[in-house]
Amino acid sequence: MLDIINVHKTFNAGTINEKKALNGVNLHLNDGDFCTVIGGNGAGKSTTLNAVAGVWPIDEGAILVDGINITGEPEFKRAAYLGRVFQDPMTGTAATMEIQENLAMAARRGKRRTLGWGITGKEKDEYREMLKILDLGLEDRLTSKVGLLSGGQRQALTLLMATLQKPKLLLLDEHTAALDPKTAQKVLKVTDQIIAEHHLTALMVTHNMKDAIKHGNRLIMMHDGRVILDISGEEKKKLTVADLMHQFEVVSGEEFASDKAILA
Amino acid sequence: MSYLASLNPLNLVAALPGCVAQGLIWGIMALGVFVTFRLLDFADLTVDGSFATGGAVTIMLTLAGMPVGLSLFIAVLAGLAAGLVTGLLHTKLGIPPILSGILVQIALYSVNLHIMGMAANKAINVNNYTLLISARNITTAILVALVFVAVLIALLYWFFGTEIGSAIRATGCNPAMSKANGININTMKVLALAISNGIVALSGGLMAQYQGYSDINMGRGAIVIGLAAVIIGEVFGNAVAGRRMNFMLRMSFVVLGGVIYYIVIGIVLWLKLNSNDLKLFTAVIVAIFLAVPYLKAGRSSSFAKAAKNSQAAITQRSGETAKEEK
Repeated sequence: MLDIINVHKTFNAGTINEKKALNGVNLHLNDGDFCTVIGGNGAGKSTTLNAVAGVWPIDEGAILVDGINITGEPEFKRAAYLGRVFQDPMTGTAATMEIQENLAMAARRGKRRTLGWGITGKEKDEYREMLKILDLGLEDRLTSKVGLLSGGQRQALTLLMATLQKPKLLLLDEHTAALDPKTAQKVLKVTDQIIAEHHLTALMVTHNMKDAIKHGNRLIMMHDGRVILDISGEEKKKLTVADLMHQFEVVSGEEFASDKAILA
Repeated sequence: MSYLASLNPLNLVAALPGCVAQGLIWGIMALGVFVTFRLLDFADLTVDGSFATGGAVTIMLTLAGMPVGLSLFIAVLAGLAAGLVTGLLHTKLGIPPILSGILVQIALYSVNLHIMGMAANKAINVNNYTLLISARNITTAILVALVFVAVLIALLYWFFGTEIGSAIRATGCNPAMSKANGININTMKVLALAISNGIVALSGGLMAQYQGYSDINMGRGAIVIGLAAVIIGEVFGNAVAGRRMNFMLRMSFVVLGGVIYYIVIGIVLWLKLNSNDLKLFTAVIVAIFLAVPYLKAGRSSSFAKAAKNSQAAITQRSGETAKEEK
């Protein structure tokens, strides 16, 4: 479903701030893979997701979604294949627009926008039903402005928006990092639910090792802009945080240096 | 004393209808500013130029024998083109919003002179040409302006409810979210700028007919008047409609803001203040109205207030400590 082939990206090339963010990333996701991504700060996790999403062009390599080469496509065109949820709950939704307007915007992802109505009566009923499933009390607030919602509600809404048009690939960029632990677990539960229900292929970056182990059928670890570990199936089910720490030290030759990942 | 005695209230009453007519025409212009300033979040200074372009094109084509309605339509197209250029300067060449607008505004000064055959102004006599709107008959002028306002608000209400119109609103609200949902934000910016300047040119075309001439300087300070109308309308609208505010009302209040602005100007002129000070006066009005929401927010939450409250907290605690010690 997703092929990342030898992708390189350097920021601020030729300046004092030069940063080799991606250093030959290779990854192949099968249809239906739910892959979690871990690694220390600056390992290239979010950068990899941004490369796939097309936030900027990559320097070298290729990115294919479902066999389609999207390397040369700008962000808004790739959006046809991708559902995205961001770390900052503010990023994924339009604050001054209504809940139903945000959903309607997402329902038109990848479609040609015309002078037809931006939202129809039939859609409103559908959205009410979908919001009921989230169980956050949003179904009665269709016309509320999204800016009035809490961070957790906004992330759950963004998740619903990202999957309203079934994406070929769902990109979750630390989408629970800005939430309190209880809300984070709730959003993760909804994530599992939606991915299972729609049989989505997903890539989820997280700082939390426990979450990375608990969710999904596959786990990759990144370090210095490369994938250094790729565990799936039965082997992943048996993983512990201690295993991961040990593996990291073996593969990278360094100590795992992110308290956030260990303590979380 | 003689100054007060010289102020005749009847003169003010007589001037009011003219203020309303002008206010409505500038209100249309303010709707154009509303589209960029509020919906797209883009302070577009092109309007100073495109307002005069609208006037120049309308008058020149009508003088050349074209029906005035068609002249006005072509003036709108000229405004669209001006906005298109601003949009392309910003999206294709990476020039910051305000600068893109200023560049096109300054370029339009020359373009407008060319349109008017290198004359600084061109008069049109309502006796010899059929015009849609004229200061000669102010009651009709108000009615015609109201029809334009109503149709325009209806069209904008429809447009911003469509898929494309919603995409423009989303672009103005959250570009990152818009891109993630497949919206080409550059196209939306160019489109909104074109629409906005088309509306501004329409207003310029109506104003030129109303006053009976187009002038190279007729758009000078238009952006400030437009902003004044948008902001006065919002402050006024929030006070009147409050929670019942919706998109249709918001636009209506923008036009009303234009009318209020011109009534205030009428009062200033009636007070026999120097008309050369009008621009200064306008700037002061806009500054005051821009400051109102900020100061209002400050009143409910400010460091000065926090400092005052903190004294109470400190006094209370020292009181409690004293009690415990006893």
